[in-house]
Amino acid sequence: MRVPLTIRELPREKYVLPGHAACPGCPEAMGLRYVGMALGRRAILVIPAGCTSIIQGLSPGSGLAFPILNVAFASSDAVAAGVSVAKEILGEDAVVVVWAGDGATSDIGFATLSGAAERGDNIIHICVDNEAYMNTGIQRSSQTPRGAWTTTTWRGKAEPKKNMPLIMLSHGVPYVATASIAYPLDFIEKLRRASTIRGFKYIHLHAPCPVGWRFDPSETVEIARLAIETGMWVLFEAERGKVTISPPSRPYADKSRRKPIYEYIKRQGRFRNITEELIKELEKEVDEYWSILIKLSSQ
Amino acid sequence: MVRLTLTGNYCVAYAVKLSRVKVVSAYPITPQTTIVEKISEMVDEGEADIKMIRVESEHSALSAVYGAASAGVRSFTATSSHGLLYMHEMVWWVAQARVPLVMAVVTRTIGPPWNIWTDHHDIMGQRDTGWLIAMTENNQEVLDETIKLFKITEDPDVYLPGIIGLDAFVLSHTVEPVEVPDQDVVDSFLPERRQPYVIKAGDPLIMGNIPSDLVRNAKMRWDVHVGLRSAEEVIERVDREWGKLTGRYYGGLAECYRCGDSKYLLIGVGSWVGDMRIAVDSLRDEGYPVGLLKIRYIRPFPVRRVYEAVRGSKGVIVFDRSISAGSAGPLFLDVASHIHALRLGVPVKNVVAGLAGVDVGYRDFQLIVRRFVEEVEREGWVTEFLEFYPGR
Amino acid sequence: MQQCRYELPLSRPKVGVQGATGGWRIRRPVLERGKCIGCGLCWLYCPDSTIDVEEEGGRFRVSIDYTYCKGCGICSSVCPTKAITMVSEV
Repeated sequence: MRVPLTIRELPREKYVLPGHAACPGCPEAMGLRYVGMALGRRAILVIPAGCTSIIQGLSPGSGLAFPILNVAFASSDAVAAGVSVAKEILGEDAVVVVWAGDGATSDIGFATLSGAAERGDNIIHICVDNEAYMNTGIQRSSQTPRGAWTTTTWRGKAEPKKNMPLIMLSHGVPYVATASIAYPLDFIEKLRRASTIRGFKYIHLHAPCPVGWRFDPSETVEIARLAIETGMWVLFEAERGKVTISPPSRPYADKSRRKPIYEYIKRQGRFRNITEELIKELEKEVDEYWSILIKLSSQ
Repeated sequence: MVRLTLTGNYCVAYAVKLSRVKVVSAYPITPQTTIVEKISEMVDEGEADIKMIRVESEHSALSAVYGAASAGVRSFTATSSHGLLYMHEMVWWVAQARVPLVMAVVTRTIGPPWNIWTDHHDIMGQRDTGWLIAMTENNQEVLDETIKLFKITEDPDVYLPGIIGLDAFVLSHTVEPVEVPDQDVVDSFLPERRQPYVIKAGDPLIMGNIPSDLVRNAKMRWDVHVGLRSAEEVIERVDREWGKLTGRYYGGLAECYRCGDSKYLLIGVGSWVGDMRIAVDSLRDEGYPVGLLKIRYIRPFPVRRVYEAVRGSKGVIVFDRSISAGSAGPLFLDVASHIHALRLGVPVKNVVAGLAGVDVGYRDFQLIVRRFVEEVEREGWVTEFLEFYPGR
Repeated sequence: MQQCRYELPLSRPKVGVQGATGGWRIRRPVLERGKCIGCGLCWLYCPDSTIDVEEEGGRFRVSIDYTYCKGCGICSSVCPTKAITMVSEV
């Protein structure tokens, strides 16, 4: 029986420093605070090109207080593998973490991600997913949901969101989890658990972006929560392939308890051109994904 | 010391083992594969204490060794041709991050069409990146220079990564007798690894975020050049040291072969320099006053050695095994521009040959050089400064 | 950091790396202490580490760093007792 974490137990050392360069209401900055709370001084971050490259601010200063290797876009997991192997050779205790956006994870960095997963490199890959190439000005990625506006999909993306959690489950790695910045304690627990496991760990962090999704910066947590409440994003973890739906998502295994998808969609300007038909498609996707997860979690 | 008959690729593997490399990551490509296969075998036989990261691409190969090297351990990779091109982005990254590491490039031509034989297009494409680039003539040199490169790249006056180049099949897969030094000899020669910074847990050091001061960034880039220029003295010193230890001194940045009293100078790089030597000897017998400057390091480019060898010559002929399409051969471009900058008004001819693996032997060199000398003697200059020698 | 004769692309952590980001605000969070129950959710969710908390009798005492607060309003949004109001600064 796991004793749940409380806010009071969280360390208050700042790994994300005031005065960094993130937009107001940025979910990546929030996520990085939780990485600091979960892993502290043990963390070494490998960061491919993305919003966080900029959030650090201008050298010779940095708004993040981790040891960081900023790296080329397609290289992150391989670099992290090398760092991890070196630390073991040197007998130094370290948790090597890739902090990669959705583009760096599921598009340009897909090969390096899959390679590291298949090899079982001893790293944690966190995909901080704001569902587009936000750093370069909101262009579509494979993680952009169907129907969403981006600067390269003005009428809304035609293709569905590529299902990275299922893809990573198929890699047979020892730990796969999804998380959300609306549920920091859940994310921190998952990070800490991942750090105790040897091998390749994948955590997919849902990160609603006020600028790219078109909502007020004060609503970041609300939107992230709505994703869970509508079933559009599911929190789960899988240790050695055994899937457990996480407590915040459990009520929504029952479709009748999910809020209508429109509750989530209508709050985001990027879905302003959504049609009834598209909402039905999205609903179908949600149902299918849930049924797979429920099946996997009952095995 | 033990005498073995080894291919060039196996020489690289032995050098990597003797240099106490800790991490190797590589992706297979002909004709590099036997380097990594040999290292794998050494590891599985317990002869070498190396962690191998068997990556899914060359881009990841250099990324993995870059990660390991940034984190503090001596690391190595190897590639060729398309693999080198695929990791080209990371080649720049490693140099500008100033992380010392060594990479073997088995020089192979670039497609299409698919072609596994040698020319120098792949390695020449790296000359702007800031890496040291050494080229070899024979397998003994491959073994020796690979070990030396670990020492040179990890010198605080350098702190840049280095490439050891060896020609596909001519060296990589051809067996030659070599002297393999003992481990304790190499241990006395190679100090503990040094590097300008190490990424470690608990020490919040950040590498690579955007600079507030572009002038500082510009200085970083210029400092890569300064590092390469400082490497010249280190290369010479380390070669002399190696010479004292093993009896084999290679001349540092370049070797002057019968060029002290020559009137016509051949300049070349790579395995075909061996054929140039033979051609020089036989042409001398015929009465042609020729000499050879063997370039050992493409980068840093040995400006002073070239100047000293060229000064007093009546003509220089530079052999390139690649072409910077639309201009001329890269070695010629480096030679001609620098000697002009240093005010030497000597005719320089560029002969581009051996592309796509076309074999060029001493008879070809004899032919070409005879024609060149006769032309300069007759005209006082070269009529065509760029010539393509397609082969016989 | 630099024991190297060459310029390196290295940095160290710095508070206010982008300057006094409080200047970005168009609205500021104002805390009504009477309504605050010291739950710490505002501290937990603040993306900019500009809310600080101190343990005080089993609850958190909240303080806001206005030099760097960007005025996003998340603290106000997550506060269960509506103790934080966003007030316009323009």
